[in-house]
Amino acid sequence: MSEAGDLDVRPGVSRKFRLQWEEAQNSWVLLYPEGMVKLNQSAGEILKRCDGQTPVSAIVADLETAFGQTGLTADVQAFLAIARQKLWIDG
Amino acid sequence: MNAPQTLTPIGPPLWLLAEITYRCPLHCVFCYNPVDFARTETELSTEDWLRVLREARATGSVQCGFSGGEPMMRDDLEILVAEAHRLGFYTNLLTSGVGLTDARAAKLKEAGLDHIQLSFQDSTRELNDFLSHTRTFELKQRVAHLIKSNGWPMVLNCVIHRMNIDYIGQIIEMAVELGAEYLELANSQYYSWAEVNRDHLLPSREQLENAERITNEYRAKLGDKIRIFFVVPDYYETRPKKCMNGWGSVFLTVTPDGTAVPCHTAAMLPGLEFPNVRHMGIREIWYESEGFNRYRGTGWMKEPCQSCPEKEKDLGGCRCQAYMLSQDPNAADPVCSKSPHHAVIEAAVARAQLPDAERLAHPLVFRDPKESRRLSAVE
Repeated sequence: MSEAGDLDVRPGVSRKFRLQWEEAQNSWVLLYPEGMVKLNQSAGEILKRCDGQTPVSAIVADLETAFGQTGLTADVQAFLAIARQKLWIDG
Repeated sequence: MNAPQTLTPIGPPLWLLAEITYRCPLHCVFCYNPVDFARTETELSTEDWLRVLREARATGSVQCGFSGGEPMMRDDLEILVAEAHRLGFYTNLLTSGVGLTDARAAKLKEAGLDHIQLSFQDSTRELNDFLSHTRTFELKQRVAHLIKSNGWPMVLNCVIHRMNIDYIGQIIEMAVELGAEYLELANSQYYSWAEVNRDHLLPSREQLENAERITNEYRAKLGDKIRIFFVVPDYYETRPKKCMNGWGSVFLTVTPDGTAVPCHTAAMLPGLEFPNVRHMGIREIWYESEGFNRYRGTGWMKEPCQSCPEKEKDLGGCRCQAYMLSQDPNAADPVCSKSPHHAVIEAAVARAQLPDAERLAHPLVFRDPKESRRLSAVE
């Protein structure tokens, strides 16, 4: 088990869910048996970078570049903690 | 002209339920297929279903359930699943497991099937069998193993009723033994065949309370090992459910002959034409048809719903239940204690407390084509 605050862990979307862009809803969604979670924009942007290969530090750096912002570490980690709790991601 | 009398925008039909056939090897006494299902003679062709899948996906559908009847009865199921997968649907198969061989499971996996919901479609003919772990259990065990070995999530569904509710602990233990990750213990609701057999199926209050208590004990004991959902019969509630999450708000069902309906039983409602996918595209069906627009929102309501502070929460409950129990599809769902017809529910519940000899007017009616023709002829 990794620490929630660890920047070296490489989170990946759990095999129990499928992350997908839905044009009709203009958003990323998580699909699971007979259900769906519609993600807001920031949740979608974070989760689509959770490929099980990329460490949290690189995910944060990529997001900061993509959106021209700095200091996103705490926000990303807070979201990842929720995502772990909901079993959306492993790692 | 057919626009609903509400300003809430209509979202896409996120859930497409493809009821690909009414054919079924089982005879469940609580089946929600229409009692007159035997009238359906012509099923949609493979080409028709492929077009329905493409049109629904283009209209924004994302979950696709293949159901029936027993969907395994159609030998083009793999073709339909493959197309649904290619289109980006999350594909669900709702099956009793009958006909799901190793070879077909492998083909379905290859086709991209995401999930199988395995049902304990026990009818009373099979009940003893089911409870004594013999033939039916062996079938479920074989299919459960197939589901696990193919890497599908393991979701079990068991319809609960008066005749099996006292064995709920054994049912839960069986689900655990089969390795289920999710278990749905859904009490039968009283439509179609279950309505015909209501006196046999509606549990007593004591049975229901015991079952909920036992379920909660197992939840506490089993923790995260399995998620157990327990659904109470509407008849024991005092406020109705928001039927299908709101009429025409999420669910689109296409029946075996191509009729498009907002829920599996809506075709029973009088004075309402439902479109057929042979003659109308899915987008037009969803957004423009009278059948889908009639009960959207709250504009159609009368009292006591119209002035009710909870009207947005439950949207007046189920239109079919209102029609069946009050002969008026525009009435409040009689499950609601504010309904002028609520006494009908109270009477049914009072009757459910009586012993068999005072309660049962006819033997169980099994869902099969012969009974279907008999009951449709009476109607």
